[in-house]
Amino acid sequence: MKNVIILFMLALLGVSTQAQEKKNKNAKYTVAINGNCEHCKKRIEKAAFSVSGVKSANWSIETHQLVLILNEEKTSIFDLETAVAKVGHDSKDVKAEKEVYDKLPACCLYVRE
Amino acid sequence: MKKQRSILILVLFAAYNSYSQDTLQEIKVQNIRKSIKKSYTLTTNSTTLTSKELLKAACCNLAESFETNPSIDVNFSDAVSGTKQIKMLGLTSPYLMITEENIPSVRGASQAYGLSFTPGTWVESIQITKGAGSVVNGFESISGQINTELIKPAHDIPFFLNAYGSTDSRFELNTHFNKRISDKWSTSLFLHGNTRAAKNDMNKDGFMDNPFAKQINVLNRWQYTNAEKGWVSFINFRYMNDKKQTGELDFDPIRDRGTTNRWGSEINTERLDVSTKLGYVFPDMPYQSIGFQNALNSHDQNSFFGLNEYTIKQKSYYSNLIFNSIINNTMNKFSTGLNFSYDNYGEFVNQNDFSRTDNSIGAFFEYTYDNTDNFSLILGGRIDNHNRLGTFITPRLHARYNPWKEGVLRFSAGRGKRIANIFAENQQLFASSRSFDLLNSGGKTYGLNPEIAWNYGLSFMQGFNLFNKKGDIGFDFYRTDFQNQVVIDLFQSPQQVLFYDLEGSSYANSFQFEFNYELARRLNLRTAYKYYDTQTTYNSGSFQRPLQAKNRFFGNLAYETLLSDDDKQWKYDFTLNWLGQQQLPNTATNPAADRLPEFSPSFSVMNIQFTRVFSSNLEVYVGGENIGNYKQEKAILGANNPFGPNFDASIGYAPIFGQMYYAGLRFKIK
Repeated sequence: MKNVIILFMLALLGVSTQAQEKKNKNAKYTVAINGNCEHCKKRIEKAAFSVSGVKSANWSIETHQLVLILNEEKTSIFDLETAVAKVGHDSKDVKAEKEVYDKLPACCLYVRE
Repeated sequence: MKKQRSILILVLFAAYNSYSQDTLQEIKVQNIRKSIKKSYTLTTNSTTLTSKELLKAACCNLAESFETNPSIDVNFSDAVSGTKQIKMLGLTSPYLMITEENIPSVRGASQAYGLSFTPGTWVESIQITKGAGSVVNGFESISGQINTELIKPAHDIPFFLNAYGSTDSRFELNTHFNKRISDKWSTSLFLHGNTRAAKNDMNKDGFMDNPFAKQINVLNRWQYTNAEKGWVSFINFRYMNDKKQTGELDFDPIRDRGTTNRWGSEINTERLDVSTKLGYVFPDMPYQSIGFQNALNSHDQNSFFGLNEYTIKQKSYYSNLIFNSIINNTMNKFSTGLNFSYDNYGEFVNQNDFSRTDNSIGAFFEYTYDNTDNFSLILGGRIDNHNRLGTFITPRLHARYNPWKEGVLRFSAGRGKRIANIFAENQQLFASSRSFDLLNSGGKTYGLNPEIAWNYGLSFMQGFNLFNKKGDIGFDFYRTDFQNQVVIDLFQSPQQVLFYDLEGSSYANSFQFEFNYELARRLNLRTAYKYYDTQTTYNSGSFQRPLQAKNRFFGNLAYETLLSDDDKQWKYDFTLNWLGQQQLPNTATNPAADRLPEFSPSFSVMNIQFTRVFSSNLEVYVGGENIGNYKQEKAILGANNPFGPNFDASIGYAPIFGQMYYAGLRFKIK
C-alpha cells in the first residue's frame, strides 16, 4: 500500500529531474504510446522488456503513457519506440508499418493520426 | 493489480475531498470493496481477508477471525484453555508460519494461546497462503503461512471504540487513539481489555465450560514515512498480561492449589514485545529496496493444571535483513538476505527442567520470474545453521499459469523443518490424568529428532459471470509427507500420552472444493467442501490423527442493504459449519461411564450476525454463535473423580458451552 504511494510519488518526481549530460543508468522517461486495452498493455510492455537495458516498463490504459526506467548506456528512447512500433504501436517519433498495424488484435486497433 | 488501482483511486479521491460529489463517489468505491480478495495473478495460493471480512465474526481475537473463511478450520476450544485452535490442510497451527507484519509471532512458548493475544480490532488485513510459502521468513512453515498486518498509524483514524458483551459473560473493550505528529511521524495507541466475569457450567458437570479470564493488552506504534527520500519505519512497543482460571466451580486457587480438594487450573501469561522495521526504497530505482527488521520478545507463562505444574519462559531475538532488486528488468526480481534468531527457553514440567537455548543463522535467495502476461514462478532456497537442527537447505517452489481468461492454475512444493515444542504445543493434555512419556531416540530436543516434511500442492480456480453475476469455482489438493514427525500418541492408553519419533509413514492429504457466487446484488454465497485424510503410524497401528473431521462443509451467506445517502446500512451474515465424524483418542479400556466412542458423531454449528450502521461513525451489532445449541455430550471424562485415573478434560471435539449471544458497538471519529 505504502509502496504504491511511494512508487506513484517517485514516478512523478522522476519525470521532472532529467536533463543531465552524463548517461544515466536509471533514467526515467514517460512516452505516449498508442493502444487501448489490457491486451495492448501486455504487448507494449513485452516489447519494451525485449529491449536490452530497459529495467522497468509500465503502460497505463487510462493515460496511454509508458513509464520507463532504462540504462542510457545500453539503449535509448528511440530504440524503445522502434521496438514498440515493430509490434504495431505508434509513438510520436516512430510509426508502425501498416501491415503490422492491420494485424493487431481487434481491441488494439487504436485510431491512427 | 485491482487492489493497487483502487488504492490509487482512493488516494485521488482523498485529494479532491473538497467537492461533495466526489466524497459520494469515494463511498461507492468503499461499498464495493471485497471482504475476501483472491488473485488471478499472484504466484502463491493466497487469500487476503480485509478488515471488512474481519467484522463478519465480531468476536474477538485473531484465533476467532477465521470462522468465515474456508481455508482455515477453527477448532472448538477445550474446557481448560478456552482458546480456539486453528488448522490448515489438516495440520495444527504449529505447522503454520504465523507472522505479524512478517515477523514470526506465534511460535515456541506462545504456540497454544498466541492467536488470542492479538485483538481483532487491531488487525488491518490477514494474508493466508496455502502450501510451502516463502523462504524469506524462515524454514519452519510446512502447511502454510498466515501474516497479519496491523493498522498503520499513517492511515489510522483519530479515535476508535469497540465494546462487546456476551451471554457467556465475556466483555471486551477496545480503544484506539491516533495522532499525526508531523507530516512524517504518526503514532497509534491501542488499548484492549477483556474479561470473563462469571463462571458458566451449562452441562452441569461441576466444571466451568470456559475459563474465568482477564487480559490487558497495550500496543503503541510509531510510523515514520518520508516518501521523497524513500524511507519508511515502524517502531512497536507492546505489553500483554493474560490470566485464566478454570476447573471445578468452587475451586479456590489459594486454598486448593497443590491439593486434591478440588480440581482447578490457572494459566497466567505476561508478554513484552519490542519490534522495529526500517525500509528504504532507492529513489531512482523504485524496484530496489532494503528492509531491516528486529524483534525482541519476552514471554512468561506460569500455570498449573490440577497437580501438574507447567512453567515456560521464552526470551527471543529475531532479525531479518532483506535486499530486493531486479536482474535486467522487472520481469526478473530477486530477494536475498540474512536471518538470525535466538530463543532461550526456561521450561519446567513438575520440577523436571527442560530448559534450552536455540539459535540459528541463515541466508536466503528467492527469484521471481513474471512474464507480465500469464506465467510466473518463485524459486526460493535458504541455508541455515541451527544449534539443534544442524546445517540444512530449505527449497521452495511456486508457479502460476493462466491458461485462459479468469482461470488460474497453481503448483507449489517445499520442505520445512522444525523443533516440536511438545509441552507448549500440547498443553491441554496436562488437564488429564495422563502420564507424559517421552521415548528417547537420542535426539537433541526432549530426546527427540526434528520434524521434517515436504508439502506439495496443486490448485485451480475459474472465475465466471453467470446471469450477469460474478462467481468463482475452484479446487485444491495438498499433500504433506512427513520424513520425521514427533508423534503424539493418544491411542496406546487413556492414562498415557506418548511422544516418539515417527516410525512408518505419516501424511496429510487435503482436498478442497470451493464455489462462490453473487446470488443477487449484494447477496453473496460462499461454500466449500473439504476432505482430509491424515494418517499416522502409531505404535498400536495406523490411525487418523485425532480430532480432525474427515469431511467438512462450510457455507456463508452475506447480505447488505444499499448504503443510504446518510450512511445508514444493514448487514446480515450467516455461517454454517458441518463436521463429519472425528477420530477420538482411545478410551476403550476405561470403565463404560468414562468411555468415548471411537468416532465422534457428526454435527453442525451455525453462527449469525446482524449489523446496523447508523452513520459513518457508529454501528451496532448483535449475533449468535452455535444457535443450533449443539453441545458435546461428555466434555470431561471422569469429571466426578478429577484426581482419579480416568480424568481427561483435553478431548474437545464440539462446542461445550452451547448457544451464545452477543452484542457490541463500534464508534469512530474520522
